[in-house]
Amino acid sequence: MKNCEYQQIDPRALGTSNTRTSTTLPCGRKNSQRLRRKWEVFPGNNRFYCDGRIMMGRQCGVLPLTIGLIFITSGLFFTFDCPFLVDRLTVFIPVIGGVLFVFVIMTLLQTSFTDPGILPRALPDEAVDIERQIDNSGSASYRPPPRTKEILINDQVVKLKYCFTCKMFRPPRTSHCSMCDNCVERFDHHCPWVGNCVGKRNYRFFYAFIVSLSFLTSFIFGCVITHLTLRSQGVNGIIQAIQDSPASVAELVICFFSIWSILGLSGFHTYLVASNLTTNEDIKGSWSSKRGEESGNPYTYNNIFTNCCVVLCGPIPPSLIDRRGFLPPDDAPQTVTSDTELPPFMSKNDANMCTQGTKELLQSMALSTVIQSTCTPGTPKTAPVTQESLLRTVSITVSPPNRPPSTGCSGHQAQRPIDVSCSQKGNKRSAHHTHSPLILSDGPDMGFIPLN
Amino acid sequence: YTHSLQDLRQAAVASKVFVQRDYTSGTICKFQTKFPAELESRIDKQQFEETIQTLNNLYAEAEKLGGRSYLEGCLACLTAYTIFLCMETHYEKVLKKIAKYIQEQNEKIYAPLGLLLTDPIERGLRVVEITIFEDRSIGSR
Repeated sequence: MKNCEYQQIDPRALGTSNTRTSTTLPCGRKNSQRLRRKWEVFPGNNRFYCDGRIMMGRQCGVLPLTIGLIFITSGLFFTFDCPFLVDRLTVFIPVIGGVLFVFVIMTLLQTSFTDPGILPRALPDEAVDIERQIDNSGSASYRPPPRTKEILINDQVVKLKYCFTCKMFRPPRTSHCSMCDNCVERFDHHCPWVGNCVGKRNYRFFYAFIVSLSFLTSFIFGCVITHLTLRSQGVNGIIQAIQDSPASVAELVICFFSIWSILGLSGFHTYLVASNLTTNEDIKGSWSSKRGEESGNPYTYNNIFTNCCVVLCGPIPPSLIDRRGFLPPDDAPQTVTSDTELPPFMSKNDANMCTQGTKELLQSMALSTVIQSTCTPGTPKTAPVTQESLLRTVSITVSPPNRPPSTGCSGHQAQRPIDVSCSQKGNKRSAHHTHSPLILSDGPDMGFIPLN
Repeated sequence: YTHSLQDLRQAAVASKVFVQRDYTSGTICKFQTKFPAELESRIDKQQFEETIQTLNNLYAEAEKLGGRSYLEGCLACLTAYTIFLCMETHYEKVLKKIAKYIQEQNEKIYAPLGLLLTDPIERGLRVVEITIFEDRSIGSR
């Protein structure tokens, strides 16, 4: 079913690309050609729907399961338990249940579809500039210069790491998610249940989701217990009550197991909100005083109420990646060849050349040079940076067998096939991820730490 | 010539200077006010610092925590965050102000000197990119 859904949404997102293939010219282009939006050339492993309005992580993960469980449990509740309880108790029971259910679904969708705070990758000019600064300030020793920078925040020494994929020094509290292949601000964790990273922009939705879900599951659990108790006080006892309403038992089982994990998670995140920490920092013990000296969290306001207000009610910065902005009209004739290929997601090889071509083009706009868009051995200006960074990022991806041998492009392309080939095979991925409910990662050192 | 900014688009780019973020006050958006060496021959140090400082103040205004932002946050929570579909956030309003300020600075001060400021939002709020054009006389009236 997941495959069907994906195929269905896909042509809509690609609907505009048909015009692209039909209007290719042998050389030279008119500006009246359809302009592409920036989400189409986005380098991370994200999926975009509704022409860039909705974005999600690389794969849905277990999101359909989450939505399914919530719908099924609530559906059974409203169908089988509510009529009985409305008769015996009050009509407010389905009303409260309804409000909670709507709130849960809305916050879940908000968490899944909102940009978590992705930082766009540095353009080649910036990357070269930073490299130059690192080389200048580093010592002339045989080992490569250190890719960290130390700064003082509130009298606390904080180390900024250099991200090889995004080619920039990560701001404090930013982490690189290997699943989505993006640097995310105030990175909390990548949640497969929600199918997206949880970061600065959607943490409050995530928190609202788990809190309201705890209320919903507790509410349903309580109501079902009440229902069975009342029913068994009748003539026939508990066995007959269960036989009369078997759906209630199913709900009990689902809610019982959910409550343990969801309530625990809510409690944990309430603690994090109150101390202005992220899951990432807490797991790594970034600010614990284990190292002997007094090192507290430099971002906390030392007041539970202030921390809560800041984390949950502070201003939401807008998305930095500008999904729906238009790319400047390209004037490089070479890109025409890459566009005569099939649209992305249709063919693995061609999609890579297409996305590689468009990505290179985007970078070339800043450099104001014309570069080869197809994967030719001619490497672009920033070759030293890209090759080195590619070696580090390729470690987490699998490169397809029949790639041309150009080193300048193979790393970038290696990241793409995961998105293309595996998403078409859908279910193969979910088996890999369901036994690690929380995945934390930070650039090259990947840690898979199941928390349940 | 119609306008100096348009002239710049045809001029040759000599180099680019990147003003990085200043994280000493935490994660708020703030740029370093240190005067880059490459601009020494082009622009007055005080003018440059004033531009960056105004930008920093504007970003601080966008991210300011106070009654207004909390009210916006609570209202959004109560409406299950659907209010963002129709309302523009305070942050977005300030970003528009910043865009206007940068354009104004480019027109009045930087373009006549053969320089161009790029709005940091187009670089993911990582850097203030200043493009230095070769011909200094471009745009001077």
